[in-house]
Formats: sequence, C-alpha cells, structure tokens
Amino acid sequence: MSVDAATVRRIAHLARIAVAEEEVEHLRGEINAILAFVEQLSEVDVHGVEPMTSVTPMKMKRRPDRVTAGGDPDSVLRNAPAREGNFFVVPKVVE
Amino acid sequence: MADELTSLTIAQARIGLAKKDFTASELADAHLAAMERARALNAYVLETPERASAMARAADARIAKGAAGPLEGIPLAVKDLFATENVRTTASSRILGNFSPAYESSVTENLWRDGAVLLGKTNCDEFAMGSSNETSAFGPVVSPWRRKGKNTPLVPGGSSGGSAAAVAAHLALGAIGTDTGGSIRQPASFTGIVGMKPTYGRCSRWGIVAFASSLDQAGPFARTVRDSAILLRSMAGYDPKDATSVDTPVPDYEAAVGKSIRGMRIGIPKEYRIEGMPEEIERLWQQGGEWLKAAGAELVEVSLPHTRYALPAYYIVAPAEASSNLARYDGVRYGLRAPGKDVIGMYEKTRAEGFGSEVRRRIMIGTYVLSAGYYDAYYLRAQKVRTLIKQDFDNCFRTGIHAMLTPATPSAAFGIGEKGTADPIEMYLNDVFTVTVNMAGLPGISVPAGLDAQGLPLGLQLIGRPFGEESLLALGQVIEKAAGIFSPKTWW
Repeated sequence: MSVDAATVRRIAHLARIAVAEEEVEHLRGEINAILAFVEQLSEVDVHGVEPMTSVTPMKMKRRPDRVTAGGDPDSVLRNAPAREGNFFVVPKVVE
Repeated sequence: MADELTSLTIAQARIGLAKKDFTASELADAHLAAMERARALNAYVLETPERASAMARAADARIAKGAAGPLEGIPLAVKDLFATENVRTTASSRILGNFSPAYESSVTENLWRDGAVLLGKTNCDEFAMGSSNETSAFGPVVSPWRRKGKNTPLVPGGSSGGSAAAVAAHLALGAIGTDTGGSIRQPASFTGIVGMKPTYGRCSRWGIVAFASSLDQAGPFARTVRDSAILLRSMAGYDPKDATSVDTPVPDYEAAVGKSIRGMRIGIPKEYRIEGMPEEIERLWQQGGEWLKAAGAELVEVSLPHTRYALPAYYIVAPAEASSNLARYDGVRYGLRAPGKDVIGMYEKTRAEGFGSEVRRRIMIGTYVLSAGYYDAYYLRAQKVRTLIKQDFDNCFRTGIHAMLTPATPSAAFGIGEKGTADPIEMYLNDVFTVTVNMAGLPGISVPAGLDAQGLPLGLQLIGRPFGEESLLALGQVIEKAAGIFSPKTWW
C-alpha cells in the first residue's frame, strides 16, 4: 500500500502536526518507503495466530482504588506554558 | 590521581571508598573535571555539578558512619529520558523545553537509595528514536573512538549515545539508558563497553519518558560485566507504580559473574548470518563461540525462522505506540507552546515546531497504521508476527538452549551524517540483531569482543531466557576475559 498527498495531509491532521504544503511530497516519499519496507509482513502466514498483548505471561496486579497523590496544584502547574491561578490557560475552545 | 580515579571500575571504586583511599567527593570532582574537558563530545546535555557535590558529601558522611549502600559514592550518568526531580528532563526534544519534573523516576530513585551520585543527564536521540544520536535537539554526540589514523567524527550509536560515550570516555563510572529496539546494546557495541537490556518488566518504567511502552526497558552501561551486574541489582525490582513491572525477587547478579558456564547450551541462530555482513564480524562471532566452548559450553545451531520479520514488525508496533504516547505533548501542561489561531492550531503548530523530523515521521506512521481501515492490515498483523517471533525463541529454549550468541550490530560505528539521510530504512537496519530481543521481551547483553581493521570496537550479543540475566552475566564474563577490555585514546 502507498499513500497519496491527500492521505499525508489527513494523517498529519489526525496526528495534530502542522505540515507545510512544500513538505507533503517529501513526507509522502518517506512514509511510502517505510510502508514498502513493512510490506514484507504480508508474506507471513498468521492464520490462527493470536496477536501479542503481553510479552511476559503475568497476571495484572490489583490495587485498592484510592487517592494516593494530589492536592498540590503548584507542582501540577509548575511547568505550564500559560497559567492563571490554579488553571492551565488554552486558546478559546467554545464560542 | 584524577585520571586514575576516572579509570576505575565500579568494583574497584567501591573498594577504594571503603578503604578510604579516596573520598566520594574526590571521585565526583575527578569526573566533573573530566566532563568539562570533554565537552567537545557533547555526551552530557546537562551537567549537575552542585547536585553531584552534595550527593558525594552525603555519601562520604554515610561511609564515615559505616552506613554505605551498595552504590555509595559511585558517580553515574543518566540518560535524559529519566525524570529527575527538579533537574531539567528533555528527552533531547525541543518540545519538553525546560521541563522540570516534580518527581523522580523509580529506577533513578533506586540508584540514589543505594548511594549513587548524579553527574548529569546524557544526550540521546530525540525521544529515543534513532540509532546514532543524530536526532537529538542538542546535536549529535561525537564518539570518543576514531578510526586508526583518521579524525572523521563517528557516531556513538543510539539512542543512548551520550550514556555510552560518557562511560567509554571515562566521564562516568557507569550510566543508565533505555532500550526499545537496541538503544543500549548497539551504542555499547559501538563504543567498546558492556550494555544490558534486562527482561521486560525487570526494571520499572515509571518516570521514564515513554516511547513504545511494550518494548521500553531500562538498563545499565559499564566498562565491565561485573559493573553491569552491580548496577542492575540496584536498578531492578518490583514497583507498584508500573503495572508491567514483575514482582519476583532481584537476584545477587554479581554472584553470577565468574560462575562456570560448563554444560550450558548456546544457540547459534543461523538466520543472523545475513547477506553483506562484514567478514570481520562473522569471524568475531565464530571466535566468541570458540571462547564459550573452551569454557565448557556446548554450541548448537538453532533456527529462529521469523527473525527477518522482526524489524518490519517493530516499525509498525513502535511508531504506533509512540503516536499514542506522544499525544500528550500538546503545549498545554508543560514544555513548548506555539501560538495558533485556535486550540487545534495551537496543537498543530506546537507539535510541528517541537518535534524533530524523525519523531514527526514516526508519529505519522503510527497514526496511519492505527487509523480506521488500516489497523487490521498493519498493527494487528504486526502483533501476530510478534507472537511468532516470541514462539521461535520459546521453541529453542524448550529444547534446552540456555542462551543465544549473535553479533550485536551488522557493522562498526559509522561517521556522523553518513547514514539514513536519503533513506530512513538504512538507519533502521542497524537494529536488525537487537530488535528481536525487545519484540520477545527477553534479556540481552552486548559485550565488547574485539576491534575491527580500522581499530573500532565490535560487540557480541547474548540473548537469554526470560529472567535469565544471571546466565548472560556468566557468559558475558567469559567473553570479556578472553577478549579483554577496550578503551579509546584520549584526543579531546
């Protein structure tokens, strides 16, 4: 499979990465080179094979559902690029 | 004196500190001075001299009280992928900017608990995506090694290139890194040191900047196998904060170093004999087998039929997980923010400016293979192939194979800018021998085994059964004993 320019733009938008029009062709080439490389997987017979979901056979541990941290807005917000009081500031989302 | 201090192994430094031949402060100062002289290598992205001095003084106080931990006063370098409390952590990406974590990663916390001293944070490929350290936002690391009679700057390998270079150039007694597809073992091989990727789940991933969560694992870099064992013992252990960390006791890894390997069955996987592999590597591989045989191991040719599919499957699974993990970098809570006309525009501009080209490419590949209509064809199929890769190993281990011996890399270190600029696949092929181990969640170690005709180090890889780290250390020590220890000549 290979992608066209419209697909490159669509993937970029899904990934939330701005792509300039002059980058599209170059990206298309790179993505297609990688897709061509992974194409060899189609020759593997995977009939009846379970997809891997956990590489080590282990039972997931359970823990009590309780609050173990929090109540410290300053350490949560200390790296914020923009804050107001105890809030992160973002561009207007709702008109 | 200072040069002597930076040339010690961790095991030797431990004895010297206990005998009060020198103090932890002197040891830290000697390294800080060496780091200053070696800035041309660009191994560290942040030196932490004040913290190092304070930690060394505290170590000296504990030694004086007779309360020394297993790593007391040992100065280490930490890949800038581990969150360190109040110490800038960037994953070598612009998007994290001056991110200062409010918490400490579990693995580094374990090192400080045992008395280790932080020298600084080391350079790496951006978000650990690379095999040469050239994708770092801080620029490439220059290997301390050079080809005989040449001064072409070489790569130290990647992604943990700074950690590897720091240990090889005597800018730390040991270092820690992470390995998602070979990011510890390949740079260890390129710089002539020992690098180990433990079994998936052996070390906690909590507080490590995530790349591909089902593959990422922390591990040590050191100049000897014994030193790797010492570091791993402190790093490993169950952590309730990482649901994939394994709750089994941590063995005394050091006790395995020097143990007899008599009667061990070592698999030589025939699929690792790839086309175009330099003859020197082929010869070294055979030599490694001879060393193990001479020490009493039995060599058995084995087959891992799905080996050639590991790399393509990896380039679906890893980008897919990365595209999900890296969704968090949105310019809202930390790091870089680029203004946009609305919130989506802000996300898109921030991520376009903050991520380098390799990271952008992998996020886009990952987004594509997970997108509606393509998930089954790519991601699901790759996860099935992954099952087959693991089954190949399981089948061999079931026949009584204790470990496998393979080359660590298909070539020695290459020059900065030499590979992957025209075709990304060329760079990806570096990990052809190491990536299978991550796909199967197994432990692997790269041990220096010789120098090529150009005078550059080459490593051999040992692959173990799940939680077979002790066998790898015993076997690795046999190779080390036969091959010797390799150090670059100082030119910087």
